[in-house]
Amino acid sequence: MRRSYVRALGTVALAATLVVAAGCQDSGGSEGGTASGDCGGKIAIFGAFTGDNAGLVIPSLNGAKLAVEQFNAANADCKVTMQEFDTQGDPAVATPFANQIAGDNSFLGVIGGHFSGESDATMPIYQAAGLAMVSPSATRTDLTQKGNTSFYRVVGNDSTQAGAVASYLKTQNAAKVFMVDDASAYGAGITDELGKQLGPLVVNKDKIQERQTQFDATVSKIKSSQADFVFYGGYTREAAPLVKQMRAAGVQAKFVGPDGLYDTAFPSGASGGAEGAIITCPCLPADKAGGTFSADYQKKFGIPPGSYGAEGFDGATIYLDAFKAGKKSRADILAFVKSYDKQGVSKYIKFDSKGDVDPTKVVIWAYQIKGNAIEALQELKLS
Amino acid sequence: MHFDELIGHLGQHTVDGLSKGAIYALIALGYTLVYGVLRLINFAHSEVFMVGTFSVLILWTQLGVQNNPPIGQAILFLVLGLVVAAVASGGTALALERIAYRPLRRKNAPPLIFLITAIGLSLVFVELFGQVLPKLLGGVLPEAFGRPRQIVGMPTIIQQETLFTVGNTAITNIQLIVFVSAVAMMALLDWFINRTRYGRGVRAVAQNPETAALMGVNQERVIMLIFVLGGIMAGAAALLWSMRFGFTQNSIGFVLGLKAFTAAVLGGIGNLRGALLGGLFLGIVEVYGATLFASNWEDVIAFVVLIVVLMFRPTGLLGESLGRARA
Amino acid sequence: MIDKIRSADRRRVGFLTSVSDRWQALPKWQKAIGVVALLVFVYSLPYLGKLPGGLMIPGLNNLRTDSIDGGNNWAGVLFVCAIYVLVAIGLNVVVGLAGLLDLGYIGFFAIGAYSVALFGSVNSPVVKWIQQEFNLPPTWAVTWGICLLIAIVLTMISGVLLGWPTLRLRGDYLAIVTLGFGEIIRIVARNATGVTNGPVGISAIPGPEGPPSADNKVFGLIDAKPWYWLAITFVLLIVILVRRLEHSRVGRAWLAVREDEDAAAVMGVYPFKFKLWAFAMGAALGGLAGFLFGSRNAFIDPTQFNANLSILFVAMVVVGGSGNMIGVSLGAVLLAYLPERFRDFADYRWLAFGLAMVLVMILRPQGLIPSRRRARELKDRAAEAEEAPAHV
Repeated sequence: MRRSYVRALGTVALAATLVVAAGCQDSGGSEGGTASGDCGGKIAIFGAFTGDNAGLVIPSLNGAKLAVEQFNAANADCKVTMQEFDTQGDPAVATPFANQIAGDNSFLGVIGGHFSGESDATMPIYQAAGLAMVSPSATRTDLTQKGNTSFYRVVGNDSTQAGAVASYLKTQNAAKVFMVDDASAYGAGITDELGKQLGPLVVNKDKIQERQTQFDATVSKIKSSQADFVFYGGYTREAAPLVKQMRAAGVQAKFVGPDGLYDTAFPSGASGGAEGAIITCPCLPADKAGGTFSADYQKKFGIPPGSYGAEGFDGATIYLDAFKAGKKSRADILAFVKSYDKQGVSKYIKFDSKGDVDPTKVVIWAYQIKGNAIEALQELKLS
Repeated sequence: MHFDELIGHLGQHTVDGLSKGAIYALIALGYTLVYGVLRLINFAHSEVFMVGTFSVLILWTQLGVQNNPPIGQAILFLVLGLVVAAVASGGTALALERIAYRPLRRKNAPPLIFLITAIGLSLVFVELFGQVLPKLLGGVLPEAFGRPRQIVGMPTIIQQETLFTVGNTAITNIQLIVFVSAVAMMALLDWFINRTRYGRGVRAVAQNPETAALMGVNQERVIMLIFVLGGIMAGAAALLWSMRFGFTQNSIGFVLGLKAFTAAVLGGIGNLRGALLGGLFLGIVEVYGATLFASNWEDVIAFVVLIVVLMFRPTGLLGESLGRARA
Repeated sequence: MIDKIRSADRRRVGFLTSVSDRWQALPKWQKAIGVVALLVFVYSLPYLGKLPGGLMIPGLNNLRTDSIDGGNNWAGVLFVCAIYVLVAIGLNVVVGLAGLLDLGYIGFFAIGAYSVALFGSVNSPVVKWIQQEFNLPPTWAVTWGICLLIAIVLTMISGVLLGWPTLRLRGDYLAIVTLGFGEIIRIVARNATGVTNGPVGISAIPGPEGPPSADNKVFGLIDAKPWYWLAITFVLLIVILVRRLEHSRVGRAWLAVREDEDAAAVMGVYPFKFKLWAFAMGAALGGLAGFLFGSRNAFIDPTQFNANLSILFVAMVVVGGSGNMIGVSLGAVLLAYLPERFRDFADYRWLAFGLAMVLVMILRPQGLIPSRRRARELKDRAAEAEEAPAHV
């Protein structure tokens, strides 16, 4: 009797699995058919949509979703589908996804990667498949310097932003800048670029590590350097406690950080410590952004578009314009992306020969923390 | 290498290291107590601490505490925080024991099984506080708490100020409070284990469970007691942490727990005074190392020191001896 | 309810044992047929439910990870499963056979991956330095086959270097020291920018046909199947190797050391030597897995080697059934496959892992498919506990 119980249990479990799986299968099948119209097609978007770093990427995904939705509502005869692929930011997960997308001929373009590592890992695969990649947020400078011909990004690279930070610091008559970074590809990259541009203004620097919570050594180095500005390259998780501990120890130096801190969790995590901190971001303030993007985003998702929301929207818009123009093959779409020349929501989008957005069109703004809000301060000159 | 920086402010770095190590030491006590009696690494103890910080966060938010309250209120908030954190952490530790470890103990499972269970529990807690609770409590608590895995700030209860300066070493009120209360908590625990009837039971079970049982010591009660005591110490650490650093996150336990466990092993796991010594030692080593190189080498330095110490003193600096604790 | 699950489970184990007994009793030619059938099945897995001509088999097709929206490449997932099986078999030598708790296995995995990256890729600072030093052309790099040797040698050496000072420590101390070792490797890879490229990582890591390129005939950029076949071939070779090792004098020595170190020493089995041997062996297998991982992805950076993975590796071994190669392989495949197939729960993956670990340990401490010997040991311990309830 017990044996039959086991068998029954096993059969039920197996049946349940198959039923669930079959359900998934059906929905997949019906969507596949939409790509075969006269106009329209299918694009893929990949990035860290779950996991520790999802907060940085979700705005971009939402922006892209919004663009596709608006397009489909406005063009009933030209349906575009966008398939999400969640890499958790791990290059090793992004690689098989790239195999999958490259091998499935119904995909005509790719939005991503959102981080530099996953972009670097998958670029050769997409290039081999002749697929265009439009990245909303991979900012490492050397990504476009490797001779890859299918990678484009609608965001300024690290050296552009570092140049803006440097020019801001110089207009503020900074005399002693202390640089801290989190030894991540993003944080160290932008901090190194800034160091090159500031030269002798840098009094000292320190590197911290991910998930560090206590910064006594760093704070006392800042103290004894008597810096008037502290630049932190990295993300909110470490920046909030760092700035709070700096202030508690009586350091008065102004705190400056890049777009990794463009997140309301930064002021609220530092509970008052971040007051007056400056954040630079290659993103336009809501009222300056073109069209109704900010309002639409706010309406649909209930929160203002975060750091790369507009870039995600722009990335999707490039492909949507391509479909609208009747492009139906990977090669045509790649050529279309290459020669794209149009005002986007985040900036004017036109790519240079390497795939970077024209550096003169990049717009970088400085924002200031007031209470728990991030308020636009001024537009920054680039270098 | 920044030798001049290290030597020039040696006093300051030592004070910083001591106040950093005091929190390690308090958490390390939880590992050491459980290990001393059960010979088991309660890997989930770091989450006991994390739960403590969240309970303080919830309390202070619910009370509507603002930054820098008047001193009378500040003391009230701290005392309430201590009570709540001790109850939350102690309760969590006890729950772990009852739900997960007791069934395993009944089966006399080998240490590996306990360790894996503890790691599993640790993952469950981290994810509960990172994902499930924010969804449930997002409306009640600060906005940042409603977002998964986000860092959440707490109000500043006591403004950090320099109390006095010796040479070029400044000692702040917070550092003093953290250090003195940590040492006081430990002295209290040491007294409890070495001087009271319950403590004698704990020592007896640690020395020889069978004999202790024959002598009429209720073993189950002793085990519950040590988990609760370890939890209370973690709760105290959580309060000191909240006061000093003023933020929490679901994942803060992992690194701190690892450090605290390292501290316990350094001092001699199972040995209460070893936990104190190990914690302070580790705190100082980390601050010195981070000053000498850069802060991103801190963990490497901590682990290298651990390996070196264990090579020469395989049972830690003071040796393992909850049972034979010198009275 | 719990009692019902327990008794059902006991039945299941009884069934497994009887299957294994019947298998042992089969004549040789029938066994041979069985092995061949298994090999054919394993090598044709990339076509599961979706034959080369494009023909779909409805039921089986749903097992594939690419049958869901946003699902991952099936051959790519199979490759990861194969790598994890390799890791599980290697870690099983250390944890299951020799009874040493290694929480820093990711360190060896990382060293393996970095050996092929540092010596095989033209983008690595090490290769650039060698090119400069010896006036070699800018396309020069160490070939894949030699990188494989380097990976194995380097990981074995690092296993011995880590084991030498630490294996004299008691088991629990070993856990924290190895955990620290894994973290040290990751942090050094991240901070030693001049050697490892630091957080930026290394790209263009070679495969058997040289650097990744669309012109490669077999190991091209788009199709992941050859990589799976390569990895599974390595897995089969390693299975044979470890099987022979397990039943050799060394394997028996490991068991003896695991069960009672002092008794083993009295019988003339010097525990330290065999522990070190197990450690080096496990390290080399971890390095091999990391090597394949690095050369398949053609890109690595330090974030891929964090402590969570070490814990996942130990979970594979223990949940699957420590000591039993089939068990640990099953554990590896489950932990690699399930999160990919059921991506809707991706955000709750670690919660699910945690719960699974706790439940399996409480209900079935010997794992899903236990080693017989190990199950007996645990039973003995449980019986001892019942006889002497006071014992902790």
